[in-house]
Amino acid sequence: MFGYNGKVLRINLKTRQIATEALNMEDAEKFIGGRGLGTKMMMDEVDPQVDPLSPENKLLIVTGPMTGNPVATGGRYMVVTKSPLSGTIASSNSGGKWGAELKFAGFDVIIFEDKADSPVYLSIEDDKVELLPADDLWGTTVSNVTKKMQERHAKGCKVMTIGPAGENLSLIAAIMNDEDRAAGRSGVGAVMGSKNLKAIVVKGSGKPPVFDKDIINEMNKVQLAKIKANGVTGQGLPTYGTAVLVNILNELGSLPTNNFQLSQFAAADDIGGEKLAENYLIKNTACYRCPIACGRYVRIGDQEGGGPEYETLWAFGSDCGINDLDAIIKANHWCNEMGLDTISAGSTIAAAIELKEKGYIKEDELDGLKLEFGNGTDIIEWTKRMGYRQGLGNKMAEGSYRLAESYGVPEFSMTVKKLELPAYDPRGVQGQGLQYATTNRGGCHVRGYLISPEVLGMPEQLDRFATEGKETWTKIFQDLTAVIDSLGVCLFTSFALGAPDYADMYNAISGTHHTAESILQVGERIWNIEKMFNLKAGILPDQDTLPERLLHEPIAEGPSKGWVHKLDEMLPKYYEVRGWSAEGMPTEEKLKELGL
Amino acid sequence: MEIEVRYFATFRKNNINKETMIFIDEATVGDVLKQAGIEEKEVAILLVNGIKVNQIKKLSHGDIVSLFPPVGGG
Repeated sequence: MFGYNGKVLRINLKTRQIATEALNMEDAEKFIGGRGLGTKMMMDEVDPQVDPLSPENKLLIVTGPMTGNPVATGGRYMVVTKSPLSGTIASSNSGGKWGAELKFAGFDVIIFEDKADSPVYLSIEDDKVELLPADDLWGTTVSNVTKKMQERHAKGCKVMTIGPAGENLSLIAAIMNDEDRAAGRSGVGAVMGSKNLKAIVVKGSGKPPVFDKDIINEMNKVQLAKIKANGVTGQGLPTYGTAVLVNILNELGSLPTNNFQLSQFAAADDIGGEKLAENYLIKNTACYRCPIACGRYVRIGDQEGGGPEYETLWAFGSDCGINDLDAIIKANHWCNEMGLDTISAGSTIAAAIELKEKGYIKEDELDGLKLEFGNGTDIIEWTKRMGYRQGLGNKMAEGSYRLAESYGVPEFSMTVKKLELPAYDPRGVQGQGLQYATTNRGGCHVRGYLISPEVLGMPEQLDRFATEGKETWTKIFQDLTAVIDSLGVCLFTSFALGAPDYADMYNAISGTHHTAESILQVGERIWNIEKMFNLKAGILPDQDTLPERLLHEPIAEGPSKGWVHKLDEMLPKYYEVRGWSAEGMPTEEKLKELGL
Repeated sequence: MEIEVRYFATFRKNNINKETMIFIDEATVGDVLKQAGIEEKEVAILLVNGIKVNQIKKLSHGDIVSLFPPVGGG
């Protein structure tokens, strides 16, 4: 098959042995790449019951067949490992330019095994691969590491690194690349830190082989036209980025506020995409071969850098009751420097504020800092303290579930499978709630973005409060997203493209013969193998649920007033449409049908 | 009757975030759009009091109309 280099780099950090192996093309055919192939490799090589921060866990960096190839947004890669935050399979996706560079260097996958005796980083310049000492990098922030690597290595090299949060084994640590792009979720940065691996610097000079350039050109003409013509990918995202969603969700009464105690934020407009564009935006930024360019590059005072996404504006903004956009932009900057997931970091601060207000966290734990809804003064300091594990930041570095549990009240953590929920109150978007409850990595919106039909009206408008039929929408969106994440393209393309387009894309680059139906079946296979990993890891269907607050406390006011999430109605239908048992377990027949 | 009209994204012209429109008789969302100089096809998300509607929706005193062009993300 074309589109792949056919090469896996296997690094044993303890013995410092570096080996190149052939990629298993049979597996690539069944699981595509990225998220799917990475999970298959984890199943084959790692006991799902492994302690995620032990040397026995492995850290996989997996590209897809589109990564580094001439398709729209073909630059994404996945970090696949076992999550120390949720105990589930972790697949954390990132854009930027790093993933494409790894393909140019001639590799599809890197597998890190065991643990280095002292801090190291990996340097790849085409087939010259070396483990080098990282003692001088250890303890330093993401931009410092990136600059040092670029001074020390080949011009144009791309840098992936953890910050202090990953080194300090914060369970909400991200892996950063190109300074401000993040494989953000599930605590993958802590796994990298546990291996004493600080960074991977890569420079490549090749190109992966592709199937047919004429077919690719024709396919790109059609797909780029669709992306340009679509209101969201052609206009909305380039102009405002994801930040424009703040006002949309607020107007609908589904913008979680004060740790999901409210669903509307009176000062939402102060932290929305319109204000960001008006007062801070310098330019758009784009990942590799991206025609959308949703990235924000902002200036605040004399500081310039990557700006906050919608999720960050929400997590540090309305979820903490904060309307100070300056403070949120700076907190975003410090998450990038520390290598922290902005969703989990902001949401953990929100949970800490509620714990403080309800008297669980005592004043003497705060070292004189403020922890109050609506007070942005110290969110930057709390962010740094989470990264460095200082004071109360040491407990917060474990994420909101373990923080709340340490005070005996885990119900104040707004998480699914211990992963912090994103910025959509599921009581007002019922399908998205079913998606949260069933997602294999926990509280996540980008495993099936039901907001698209329930709020944005794409590909068609659904009633956001209805439950009927949402199980089928959820399954299809989850399966299709698994395909997109495995190909190595951006989920945002799915506003404009559908399953037939992704089949066309794979066929043009790799010479496969997929149809929309067959590629969706690959997605279903990937979903089921992830589920099997989780079951073997002890993550049982009783964790397919939502926080008590969302199931039993009706929204108090606003356009979604009176609604709770109706998971009890929806979950049995979802299991049925998945072809699983009533208890939520994949059946023998289903696994056989999917070739698992 | 008074209707609050909220403009978002590219519908914000001259920094006007919202305005109050006054109608003597009955009015629909279509009348609001006409007065705002916005065509229905330009509107991707059309809300009255946070609930999605179309332009034939009749309005009542105190209603809030929110207008969004095609935007989104995640």
